[in-house]
Amino acid sequence: MARFAMVIDTKKCVGCMDCVVACKAENKVPEGFNRDWITTEARGKFPTVQMEIRTERCNHCGNPPCVHCCPTGASHVHDLGGVVLVYHDLCIGCKACLASCPYDARFIHPEGYADKCTFCIHRVEKGQDPACVSVCPTHCMYFGDLEDVHSMVSRLLAERKWYAIAPEAGTDPQLFYLV
Amino acid sequence: MDSVSRRKFLKIGGASVVLSAATQSALGRVEELAKTKSSKGLEKIPTFCDICFWKCGAIAYVEDGKLWKVEGNPLDPLSRGRLCPRGTGGIGAHYDPDRLKYPLMRKSVRGEERWNQVTWDEALTFIADKMKKIKNDYGPEAMALFSHGIGGNFIKHLFKAYGSANIGAPSFAQCRGPRDVGFNLTFGEDVASPERTDIKNAQCLVLIGSHLGENMHNTQVQEFSDALANGVSLIVVDPRVSVAAGKAKYYLPIKPGADMALLLAWMQVLVTERLYNKPYVEKYGFGFDNFAAEILPYSPEWAYPETGIEPEVIRATAREMARYQPATLIHPGRHVTWYGDDAQRSRAIALLNALMGNWGVKGGFYYPVSMDVPSYPYPEYPHSDKPKVDNPDNKFPFAHEVNTNGIRKATISGEPYPVKGWFVYATNLIHALPDEQETIRAIQNLDLLVVIDVIPAEIAGWADVVLPEAVYLERHDDLNVEWFREPFISLRQPVVEAPHDQKPNWWIAKKLADKLDLGHYFPWKDIEEYLEHRLNAAGLSYGQLKKEGIIRGEKQPIYFAEGVPDVFPTPSGKIEFYSLQLAEAGFDPVPKYTQPAPPPAGFFRLLYGRAPVHSFSRTQSNRVLMDMIGENEVWINQDIANRYGLKSGDFIRLKNQDGVISNRIKVKATERIRTDCVYMIHGFGHNSRMLKFAYQKGASDAQLITRYKTDPLMGGTAMNVNFVTFELEA
Amino acid sequence: MNELTTTRHNELIDPIVHVWGWEIPVYLFLGGLVAGMMIIAGYFFIKGRDEGHECVCYQVPLIGLFLLSLGMLALFLDLEHKAYVWRVYTTFKIKSPMSWGSWILLLVYPALLVNFLLNVPAWIGDRLAFLKIWSQKILAIKNIKRHVGKVNLVLGIMLGIYTGILLSSLGARPLWNSAILGVLFLVSGLSTASALVHMIARDRAESEMLARADNLFLTIELFVFALFFIALLSSTEVQIQSAMLLLTGPFAAVFWVFVILMGILIPLFIQNLSVSHRIKHTPVAPIMVIVGGFVLRLVLVQAGQYSHYLNAHFLK
Ligand SMILES: Nc1nc2c(c(=O)[nH]1)N[C@H]1C(S)=C(S)[C@@H](COP(=O)(O)OP(=O)(O)OC[C@H]3O[C@@H](n4cnc5c(=O)[nH]c(N)nc54)[C@H](O)[C@@H]3O)O[C@H]1N2
Ligand SMILES: Nc1nc2c(c(=O)[nH]1)N[C@H]1C(S)=C(S)[C@@H](COP(=O)(O)OP(=O)(O)OC[C@H]3O[C@@H](n4cnc5c(=O)[nH]c(N)nc54)[C@H](O)[C@@H]3O)O[C@H]1N2
Ligand code: SF4
Ligand code: SF4
Ligand code: SF4
Ligand code: SF4
Ligand code: SF4
Ligand SMILES: [Mo]
Repeated sequence: MARFAMVIDTKKCVGCMDCVVACKAENKVPEGFNRDWITTEARGKFPTVQMEIRTERCNHCGNPPCVHCCPTGASHVHDLGGVVLVYHDLCIGCKACLASCPYDARFIHPEGYADKCTFCIHRVEKGQDPACVSVCPTHCMYFGDLEDVHSMVSRLLAERKWYAIAPEAGTDPQLFYLV
Repeated sequence: MDSVSRRKFLKIGGASVVLSAATQSALGRVEELAKTKSSKGLEKIPTFCDICFWKCGAIAYVEDGKLWKVEGNPLDPLSRGRLCPRGTGGIGAHYDPDRLKYPLMRKSVRGEERWNQVTWDEALTFIADKMKKIKNDYGPEAMALFSHGIGGNFIKHLFKAYGSANIGAPSFAQCRGPRDVGFNLTFGEDVASPERTDIKNAQCLVLIGSHLGENMHNTQVQEFSDALANGVSLIVVDPRVSVAAGKAKYYLPIKPGADMALLLAWMQVLVTERLYNKPYVEKYGFGFDNFAAEILPYSPEWAYPETGIEPEVIRATAREMARYQPATLIHPGRHVTWYGDDAQRSRAIALLNALMGNWGVKGGFYYPVSMDVPSYPYPEYPHSDKPKVDNPDNKFPFAHEVNTNGIRKATISGEPYPVKGWFVYATNLIHALPDEQETIRAIQNLDLLVVIDVIPAEIAGWADVVLPEAVYLERHDDLNVEWFREPFISLRQPVVEAPHDQKPNWWIAKKLADKLDLGHYFPWKDIEEYLEHRLNAAGLSYGQLKKEGIIRGEKQPIYFAEGVPDVFPTPSGKIEFYSLQLAEAGFDPVPKYTQPAPPPAGFFRLLYGRAPVHSFSRTQSNRVLMDMIGENEVWINQDIANRYGLKSGDFIRLKNQDGVISNRIKVKATERIRTDCVYMIHGFGHNSRMLKFAYQKGASDAQLITRYKTDPLMGGTAMNVNFVTFELEA
Repeated sequence: MNELTTTRHNELIDPIVHVWGWEIPVYLFLGGLVAGMMIIAGYFFIKGRDEGHECVCYQVPLIGLFLLSLGMLALFLDLEHKAYVWRVYTTFKIKSPMSWGSWILLLVYPALLVNFLLNVPAWIGDRLAFLKIWSQKILAIKNIKRHVGKVNLVLGIMLGIYTGILLSSLGARPLWNSAILGVLFLVSGLSTASALVHMIARDRAESEMLARADNLFLTIELFVFALFFIALLSSTEVQIQSAMLLLTGPFAAVFWVFVILMGILIPLFIQNLSVSHRIKHTPVAPIMVIVGGFVLRLVLVQAGQYSHYLNAHFLK
């Protein structure tokens, strides 16, 4: 078994949005929609401002409320790596999963189904990195298998300080931010 | 890219191929069509990017004949297989529905944007006739060319063949000119592009305004990230908490325009505390003692009221730089036309680097290398007796490229001789040059204005003839023989067809040459013959280049320690701490500080810069990139915003010191900027009605830059000298 | 000072979630109303108070079928991928309240139909004779009315609670993240149903009884509200923020005026007077209760979408 995760080094991310553009191109995400996005936090008073920039997307939660609430089984956990996916032709577009996601990671594709980050499973299954990871000019994103203790993601989490976003929502998120 | 507009596009594209095949055979479209790619399955075609001038190697993915995505070419040492967001979004340039589609000729008065659609033959015949007349009446020098980027090479060649050397680009007098002059005066060489900065090996990196991470020059950003990963000690000097500042060990929130004071104080500390690289300076320096004596008065205490940076911080950062020398890199910046003392400020930066002893040294400035590819053996160009028009009486003695603003000035004044025609290739002069009214005044003096562009930019709106070019993904261009850490060449080649009647620049140049009776300057049948000829002459394989996009050469030494000869092509043959040539020309041999004029009461200094997903004024109709940032905002310090009752998201207009009022622009109330200035992304606020999507989205900094200061050494136009106030009822 | 900016701009999601408009509140309201009506009807059947064809329990099924269909229509209108709606019935997802709801509805329809067959009104029976035949067959079953009553009661409770669970299962919205929501919706469903049935009841005694019941439900509802808020307010910062949305925030005015004052307190007062025969029964109070019940759904759906784990600091 594998448990896919992303580790993002906020020390290196410059918020350039290449990951967002790459995702849009790779996955033909329609104009006006995003599967990933950049969040910038600036704390403090000029000139002592603390900044953090990070890239966000679906957390491919270990305990995914979007899957639990789905009435049709359209939202499901993929056999490989715990990736959360949507079968387009099972989805009725009830939007329960949108409302259930604490990260607002989902949206309704103009064709009617719920859509979101797929961890680029079509690439990963071919042994490639997700599009966003492969394009990042600062090399600040890492994708890999947490079950494998030798993987880059496991090593980074063992060596560096990190956090996940809103773990108190109880979803067991699988995106980790290095600080 | 929206799947809907993709589909729409295809319909238009399909129809136009049929249409143009019927009408274009006479004009040589056939050769283009003959190369039509098979349209089934997935093709990967290498080329290089043109959303900016960095020229990253790219691979285009074409799915069933349709452009899908562009990725970096892993063979490319510049991009290392990763494009910047603009390059990744480059597909939007091909799909842009607002593109120029056909040649256009002006119907009514200049600037009214009323057009007749014409054939290429009509357009080129008209241009050739006018150009012949201008040559007859005033001489060939009365035609000037503005050209930015590698795409202009064949047009430049045409101009030289025609007999005019008045060829300028905004990349000099509006961008890196002062920097290269300042470094030339000190080390005898330019910093050039791509910059020869060894960022990835620097242990201490000083960024003075260089907002890497927002400025997305790819290799630099990647190396910046490498340096951060290596734990570089980062010092950022900026009136704004830039992205880079957010990662700095020391952030120095400098008063805008006071950088020279800071630089002098830093050097004073390094010299008085004897922290500089003594062996290096002794070995390579010229006039150090005079220099040391001149900078003595500039103590950190002196600099404090000028810069707003505490003396302890100035000392601490100077010592930090000294600690890591010679691997301390004070980045020379790129767009440095700020306050009018820019060449001298750049020289001060050069001197600070010299004190670190980092020129020719790892972690400082390396010596770029390139492959040896002979240029095409053209006939000799005609000789002209007239000097270039932009710099009469050598008023700017250290200008070593043509000043665009000098051409503009001559066009208005007719001095030293008249300029009657402009050819504008890939530069939107209305947004790129300061004081757009001055540009328009110059245009009104012309007999001919030709614009070659891909979208109906503002400058196209003023043209007599607008020629639609195929975008970089649809054409060949000249060979890129890059100067970089290691030698390589790269090829730009079409990956998809141009959707309408757009043509590549080489084709335009060649056709126009025929009509100007200059056909013998274009002896090749088409560009592939040209490219093949050059590669053969260099003993390289065109076939391999077509397939791989890049050919890399043997690694060569790039540091003194690796065997690069340590010679400095300055008059003294050394690094000139004291510049006799400056003294002789009546300038300060060691840089001095002049205080910038402060903002009038109630006004704020207007600063501007880059957004990672946009290039200047050229990407605001690229739907993919506009989906990232669809308009610019004006950054206003939170306290100031509170005072004016403004909050983020409010719309205001900016009014400058000359009463010019901008388009509506959104407020970003933030702690990330000083209270005495405001900031916006350059390139937005288009007023060309033909740019349907970009029209009036955000505001234009260029429109508000009605004043500029001219650099006395080289004629660059300093633009950070404008002030704005807020018009609340937007 | 904490500046938080995001580059995202997904429709229905940004800047705040607003995936559900009026349709889901309508559906939840009508579902709750029908649930309440079924419970009331069930109670009448079980208690054997259905003698005489005047009993409201014979009016409930037809009105119920109609209102439920309206609710289902609203739900259907809300679906973004309508052609695939049948997919709901190709599976049963035990963790998904939506799935539960879909199947409960599938049971409610036949239950209401049987209920209807117990007493086919003449104006329909005369036209559709086969209904009369079926009706006779069903009535021949022993104790059928008690059975139907029990089924009504059970399904009504399930339906009523489901309309609350649907929201409370969506843990990402702190305001909904409360088990009390199920009870609240059930009680509110009962009070609106009582109000409606009270209005349509032809039997004076029945009507009177329902008014008293309504008063009881409204009183209980007040207590449930109190519990609901106490639970939120004694929880984490995000939950407190979410409670404040209703108590003092952007939804407070609507909540206090339409839900609490006009939806509960005033009708409670009026109905107290009327059941003690100090004033006459008028439709004013029940209509207020019904409107209040609807606004309750509306305001909870909207405010719930506004409440958030991550951008709670925006609301400060
Ligand atoms: N106010 C202000 N002025 C500035 C700057 C600033 O920040 N603010 N920056 C300065 C700097 S650093 C620079 S380098 C210059 C840049 O100045 P320019 O190079 O003039 O940049 P753009 O404004 O993008 O204009 C480029 C034009 O080329 C067109 N173009 C794009 N691709 C092609 C192509 O393939 N073929 C043809 N024929 N045309 C094409 C675009 O549509 C656009 O009209 O501006 C300088 N001027
Ligand atoms: N994404 C993207 N990247 C680009 C380009 C693009 O169009 N888009 N263009 C490329 C080109 S041609 C160029 S020339 C470069 C330009 O990019 P750079 O040379 O890096 O930066 P500038 O445009 O000169 O300056 C902008 C920065 O200087 C700061 N600044 C303003 N005034 C002062 C001052 O008085 N003192 C100091 N210390 N800082 C000040 C501003 O706050 C801002 O952070 O970017 C290149 N990279
Ligand atoms: S591409 Fe990389 S550096 Fe750029 S925003 Fe995304 S994660 Fe950050
Ligand atoms: S982040 Fe949201 S969409 Fe992704 S798995 Fe978690 S709950 Fe589901
Ligand atoms: S919108 Fe689609 S994926 Fe989401 S819960 Fe409803 S049916 Fe499942
Ligand atoms: S993993 Fe793929 S789908 Fe997910 S954000 Fe990255 S590019 Fe988009
Ligand atoms: S830096 Fe970006 S826009 Fe410029 S050439 Fe490279 S990929 Fe293209
Ligand atoms: Mo530039």
